[in-house]
Amino acid sequence: MSSGKVIEPPPETKRKPGQVKRSVRRLESKAKVDGSAEYIHNLSLPGMLYGKIARSSIPHGKIRSIDAAAALALEGVHAVITGEDVRRLIPDPYYGPAFHDQPILALEKVRYVGEPVAVVLALDPHVAEEAADLIAVEYDPLEPVFDEVAAAKAGAPIVHDILKPAATFPDLKHLEGQSGTNVALSSRVRRGDLERGFQESDQIFEHTFRNGKVIHAALEPYVTVAEMAGPDALTIHTASQSPSFVRSEVSRLLGWPENRVRVRTAFLGGGFGGKLYIKLEALVAACTLLVRKPVRIALTMEEQFYTITKHGATVRVKTGVKNDGRILAREVETWWNGGAYADIGPRVAQKSGLTSSGPYDIENIGIDSHAIYTNEPPAGALRGFGVSQVVWAYESQTDIIARALRIDPLEFRRRNILREGRPHATGMLMSDIDIDAILDRLAERMDWDRPFDHGSGPIRRGRGIAIGMKACVAPTTSVAMVNIYGDGSCGICCSTVDMGQGSDTAMAQIAAEILGLSAESIRVIHPDTDVTPYDMATLGSRSTYHMGNAVRRAAEDARTQLLRMAATALKTDMEELECRDGAVIARSGARMTIRDVMVARFAMQAGNIIGVGSFIPPYEKPDHDTGQSRQITPFWMLGGAGAEIEVDTETGRIRVTKLVNVGDAGSAINPEIVERQLIGAGTMQFGFTVFEEMIFSEGQVLNASFADYKIPGMLDLPHDLTGELVEVPHQHGPFGAKGIGETGMFCVSPAIGNALYDAIEVRVTEMPLTPERVLRALREAKDQPLGSDE
Amino acid sequence: MTKTHRRTIRFKLNGRPAIAEIGTHETLVEVLRRDFSLFGARESCGQGLCGCCTALVNGTAVSGCLYLAAFVDGAEVLTVEGLGSGNELHPIQQSFIENCAFQCGFCTPGFILMTKELLDRHPHPTTDEIRHYLSGNLCRCAAYPDIVRAVKAIAER
Ligand code: FES
Ligand code: FES
Repeated sequence: MSSGKVIEPPPETKRKPGQVKRSVRRLESKAKVDGSAEYIHNLSLPGMLYGKIARSSIPHGKIRSIDAAAALALEGVHAVITGEDVRRLIPDPYYGPAFHDQPILALEKVRYVGEPVAVVLALDPHVAEEAADLIAVEYDPLEPVFDEVAAAKAGAPIVHDILKPAATFPDLKHLEGQSGTNVALSSRVRRGDLERGFQESDQIFEHTFRNGKVIHAALEPYVTVAEMAGPDALTIHTASQSPSFVRSEVSRLLGWPENRVRVRTAFLGGGFGGKLYIKLEALVAACTLLVRKPVRIALTMEEQFYTITKHGATVRVKTGVKNDGRILAREVETWWNGGAYADIGPRVAQKSGLTSSGPYDIENIGIDSHAIYTNEPPAGALRGFGVSQVVWAYESQTDIIARALRIDPLEFRRRNILREGRPHATGMLMSDIDIDAILDRLAERMDWDRPFDHGSGPIRRGRGIAIGMKACVAPTTSVAMVNIYGDGSCGICCSTVDMGQGSDTAMAQIAAEILGLSAESIRVIHPDTDVTPYDMATLGSRSTYHMGNAVRRAAEDARTQLLRMAATALKTDMEELECRDGAVIARSGARMTIRDVMVARFAMQAGNIIGVGSFIPPYEKPDHDTGQSRQITPFWMLGGAGAEIEVDTETGRIRVTKLVNVGDAGSAINPEIVERQLIGAGTMQFGFTVFEEMIFSEGQVLNASFADYKIPGMLDLPHDLTGELVEVPHQHGPFGAKGIGETGMFCVSPAIGNALYDAIEVRVTEMPLTPERVLRALREAKDQPLGSDE
Repeated sequence: MTKTHRRTIRFKLNGRPAIAEIGTHETLVEVLRRDFSLFGARESCGQGLCGCCTALVNGTAVSGCLYLAAFVDGAEVLTVEGLGSGNELHPIQQSFIENCAFQCGFCTPGFILMTKELLDRHPHPTTDEIRHYLSGNLCRCAAYPDIVRAVKAIAER
C-alpha cells in the first residue's frame, strides 16, 4: 500500500557541513532581540493575586506572635498566610533536596534575617507590598552563630535541633548529619598513608584560605506563578532549573501523586545554580491551594540576597613536598558556611571535597569537608558547586610552594599533574583528560617564557596561573523524546532548561546530526512535566553530556523507526538506507522525504514517530570512610586560567589587564557558544575575585542591592579577555562532548591572587581581593598596619 | 494604601496612538506589561541600576522601573518591540544576532535601545565611547565583548 514517491537524487547531492561541531546561532536568536522571548517573568493570569513576603528581622529566635490585623485591614488585601496556615494544608511543610529542613513559612523559629514569615496576597502588587510591611512579628531572640568554623565547634548555638535527611538523591543517601551539632555532613577521602607522606617530605606547607559569600544575581528575578488545574491538580509556572525536582518535591509535600502536579518553565533570564530545587515553588503552591486562585510571587533584587548565596568557606591545606618538586602528601579540610538551611549544601561539600586535593598525582591524601549550618541566608549551588572555593585555596598554595622551591609555577604543576590512567584521590583512574594540553595552551597564551616587566613606582605588574578540576555530579538521569510529525518536521521534548547556556541549540544539533536535518529546523519544546520527560536538573555542567546522550539515543530510536518504515515503502533493507538532507536516501540512490515516509505509512500527512532515549552513567558510591570509588564521575572537568594585573600600591586597587580562561570541552558541539560560556563564567568569577562580597552585620546583609553590591560591568572587564577551548574528546560523550558551563569559574581567583603576589610579593589569603584587603596586606608586610575602623 | 490617584494618559507607543488608565504611582514598565503586553522592557534591579527596563521616551533612554507612567502623557515611547519595521529587524537587532551578543537575553532589549540612543546621537562611536555609553547596562551572563562588537559593526557601516 505504499504511495511514497521515489525520487531520483539530484546530480550533486552535497553533504551539508556537520550539525555538531558547528557554531549554529542560538535557535531563539530572533525572539531574544525583538522582545518576544518567553520568560515566566512575563506571565500574568486572569484573577491572579500578587504575593509579597514578610521576612524575619532577626537571625535566630522563637516566634512569639504574628499580628496580621493591620495588614488585613488594608483595603485590597485578599489574605495573609502564615506558617500555621500552611501547616493546616501540609502537615509536615519542610522541604529541601538534601534535608527536609526548610519550612515553607517559618514555624516556631526563625533562623536567618530575611527568612519568610508570612505572605500577603492582593490583586494589586503595591497593596501587597504595603501590607507586608504592616505585619508585626514578636520574637524571643536566641543566640546566633555566623562563622562556619565557630559553628562547627562544640558548644556553639544550635541552628537545627533535629536533622531530617531527605534521601532523595542516590549520592546523598548516606547523609545522616550529626544531631546536636551544626554539622549537616562531613565527608572524607583517605588514600595512602598521610602521616608517612608528611614524614618523608622535605618541606611542609600549611595555610588557611577564606572566601566570603556572593550571590548569583541573575537578572531575571526568582518568579513563580501557580494556578489550580481543576479541583485537585496544580500547574506551577516557574523560573526553575529543575522542573522535575519541583514536581516531585511539591507532590511529596502535598501527598499527591506526581501526575497531579504540572511544572513548566520557559527561557530563564540566567540561573547560575540559584534557581535549583525549591525556591518559591512550594510557597506559591501552598498559597494557591489555600485561596484557590492563581498566585504570583516575584522577588526583588534585594530579596535575592536573602534567598540563596554561594558558600563562604574556610579551607585549610597542608602539603608535603620533596625538594625536587614532587608532592608527597596533601591534607585538605574545608568548612562550608551553609547558612540556615541545607539546600544542596551537603552535595556541594561532598562533591567539591572529593576533588579538593586538586588535579595532582599525590599518593597520600586526606580530605575532610564539612557542611555547616549557621544563621545566615542559605547557601547552595553557584556555578561550580564549591569547586572555585577549593581551587582558590590549593592553587594559591601551589604557587607558594613552587616559589619556595624556586621552581617555575608552570613547571611545578607539570611535575605533579594527574595523567591518563593514573588514580585520582578517590581511586578512580583518570580517563579522557590531558592537563598537559591545558598547561601548554596557558603557556602559549600567557607568553610564559618571555621575561615579564613587573614595573617600578607605585603601579606594579604581575602575572599568575592556576589549574583546577571538578568531577561532574553523579549519578543522574536524563530522558528525552524526539518526535517526528506527519509533515516530517521534528520536535525534541526534554526538560533541560535553557538559561542562556544554549542547550536548546546544542540538543537540536545533536538530534539533527542523527536525523540528517538542519539544527535550525528543529523545535525544542520547553520543560513541561506533563509533556517533557524526567531530567534530574540543569546543573553542574551535566546537560550536554547527560541530556545530550539521551537526545542522541532518542534520535537514534526515531531514526530506526523511520528507516524501517522507509525500507517497507522502498521495498529494501534498512541497512541500505540513511538519513540525510531531510530525507531517507538509499544506497541505490532512491530517495524519500520524511513526509513521504509518513504518508506512505499513515496514508496521509499524519501520525508520529516517537523516539525515546534515556541515559544514566555508571557510578559507584564512594566508600563512607575513605571516599574510594572506581567510578565517581562520568567525566572530569578540567580548566586553567592565566591573569596579568596591575596593582596600585598606594590604593591597593587591582586592575586585571589580561584574563585567559582555558577549558576542556571534549569535542565541542557548538564551539562559539562554548567559548562564550568560558568568558561568561570567567567574568563572573572575576567579579567574585576582585569586588563582589556580601557584607553582613549580625546576619543582616548590608549591601543587598546593585547600588552597594557591584557586579562586573562593561568598564570593569579586562581588555584582553579570552576563552580558549582545549578539545580532548570523551569516549562516552555525545559526539565526544563534555560539559563546560562551570569550567571557566574554577581558576580565575587563584590566577589573579598569584598575579597579585607576583606583583607585590604579598599574599592575600581571603577573597575578594578588595583594595582595602590588598592595602592592609601591603602595609602589614611593611610593618605599618592600617588601623581598624571598628 | 495611601489614596490611589488615577488618570488617563495618551501617548504614542511604537508609532501608534495609545491610551491607558493608570495609577499615578505606577511605573512605565508596569503599565507596558499590564496594559500593552509588552515584555521587552523588564524589571530586574528596580533601582535604575541595570538597564533591563530601558525604554526610549522622545528618543531618550529612561529606566522604566523608576520612570512614572504618568510622565509619558503626550510623549513618544519606543520599546524594543517597535524597533523593527513589520517583520524586518532593525540593523541593531540584526547585528546583535550576527555577533551572538547575548546568552540568556534578559538584558538584551535594554542594550539594544541604549545602542539606538547612542547611534542616533553619535553614529560612529569608538570602542571606548561604546563601553562608556553602555556602562549603565548590566549583563550577568557577561556577553559584553560580543555586545561591543555588535555595536562596533554597525558604527563602522
Ligand atoms: S530594572 Fe530598571 S534599571 Fe534595573
Ligand atoms: S544575556 Fe543574560 S544577562 Fe545579558
